[in-house]
Amino acid sequence: MQWNSVGEFFAMGGYAFYVWGSFGACAVLMVAEPLLAKRRLSEVRQSLIRERLADELDLQQRTQ
Amino acid sequence: MNALLATVRRDLLLALRRKSEVLTAVFFFVIVTSLFPLGIGPEPVLLKKIAPGILWVAALLATLLGLPRLFAADHMDGTLEQMALSPSPLGLLVAGKILAHWLLCGLPLVLLAPVLGLQFDLDASALAVLTVALLLGTPLLSLIGAIGAALTLGVRGGGVLLALLVLPLYIPALIFGAGAVEAHIAGLGSGGHLSLLAAMLALAVFFAPWATTAALRVALE
Amino acid sequence: MRQSIIQWFRFASPQSFYPLAGRLIPWFWGAAAAFGIAGLWISFFVAPTDAQQGEGYRIIFVHVPASWMSMFIYLVMAFWAGLGLALNTRVSGMMAQALAPTGALMAALSLWTGALWGKPMWGAWWVWDARLTSELILFFLYLGFMALQAAIDDPRRADKAGAILALVGVVNIPIIYFSVKWWNTLHQGSTINLNKAPSMAQTMLWGMLMMALCFWMYSIAVALLRVRAIILERERHTEWVKHAVE
Repeated sequence: MQWNSVGEFFAMGGYAFYVWGSFGACAVLMVAEPLLAKRRLSEVRQSLIRERLADELDLQQRTQ
Repeated sequence: MNALLATVRRDLLLALRRKSEVLTAVFFFVIVTSLFPLGIGPEPVLLKKIAPGILWVAALLATLLGLPRLFAADHMDGTLEQMALSPSPLGLLVAGKILAHWLLCGLPLVLLAPVLGLQFDLDASALAVLTVALLLGTPLLSLIGAIGAALTLGVRGGGVLLALLVLPLYIPALIFGAGAVEAHIAGLGSGGHLSLLAAMLALAVFFAPWATTAALRVALE
Repeated sequence: MRQSIIQWFRFASPQSFYPLAGRLIPWFWGAAAAFGIAGLWISFFVAPTDAQQGEGYRIIFVHVPASWMSMFIYLVMAFWAGLGLALNTRVSGMMAQALAPTGALMAALSLWTGALWGKPMWGAWWVWDARLTSELILFFLYLGFMALQAAIDDPRRADKAGAILALVGVVNIPIIYFSVKWWNTLHQGSTINLNKAPSMAQTMLWGMLMMALCFWMYSIAVALLRVRAIILERERHTEWVKHAVE
């Protein structure tokens, strides 16, 4: 291993901005994208569930 | 073949009744190329160096202007559906429409380019290469553009979307078209660029009407 | 034989693909995490400092996988699009639509990390190198595909129009790449030669491979996640969807 201390690891031999800028952008975007996709899925799920509840309510009222 | 010629004739006649639309693209070409020296400065050496690129980029944008109208009017009044149902193959009629578009929007640019090239201090042989490059390149632009026009037919925000779809696909034509003139000015000879441009044109003549027809059928469904 | 073909076609229907995708997603997340940890370990703790570029070269471990994936995803997307056009299967078009944003993300990451690598190494955020320029154009192609699909309301028409565009793009990508390369060699005087990459050590290759596998698994997982959302959105009026969400 070539790092003698944590500080040296984060300094990246003077290239900290570039290296962490690259890895950081990848990390941020690759976390954000699944979260957005997940939210899209849960949103459509929620609206489908609401729709079904409305249908059931409708049916109940009609049978009464 | 008759069907193709009839389509060309029809489109030309229709365009001649509305001259302003054709002239708009030509004026656009002239004005855009004339703006660049005003923005950059009148140094002849610099202008000569950037002339091929400017003329080509302006030509790309000018052909783009006419594209949204390529199928729009025929789509609105139902002519396009008649064409799709007609006994002659739709691909042939589409090829005719593309040819008409080139005659109206591409050919005037080819003819004007040498005059505009004078503004940039290009010499006679460079002007000749520029004209030949545009003669091979502008049909390519019409052919590729037709695919985009068919895909965006009747779509929200069609015009801007068309530019977004088509401009990246125009890049090879731009590179070899402008490159031919630059190579000629640099004394390298423009033969390689022009033959590659011709090869791409041959490829596009074969594939683009076919892809355009497929896209039109999707739009007509 | 016939039996197995029918088995495969069963998954071409959204109804059976939706639960299958749901079952597969955790596995791909797991694989992505495992390859990611291995790749990050190699790229920061195993791979030695480069003699020429110091620690700055470590960007390669995300830059190269992102570039590979951006190109590979376009091919996969075009494959699905073409399949949908030829066989008229609905899931194919949805897969193509689900892959596009991930591909665009990979292209964007490739450009971003390329710029951050370029600045310390060549002194410029951007150079008009053939590879960088092609990547930028690829990014534009993704944007065009997504914009076209977003602009068409009828999903079936959006699929078909997008498929034609994707296939036209696939025919054009090699032409664009070679024309940009040619253009670049013509203007070589004004640009920097990027072929002086640091010598490829065995460990570097392993690190890149692990990270590429991580990006690959990630792309599959996120595309499957998105395709599930697309399936529900498009099939919301069918009976099976009503029972699929409890």
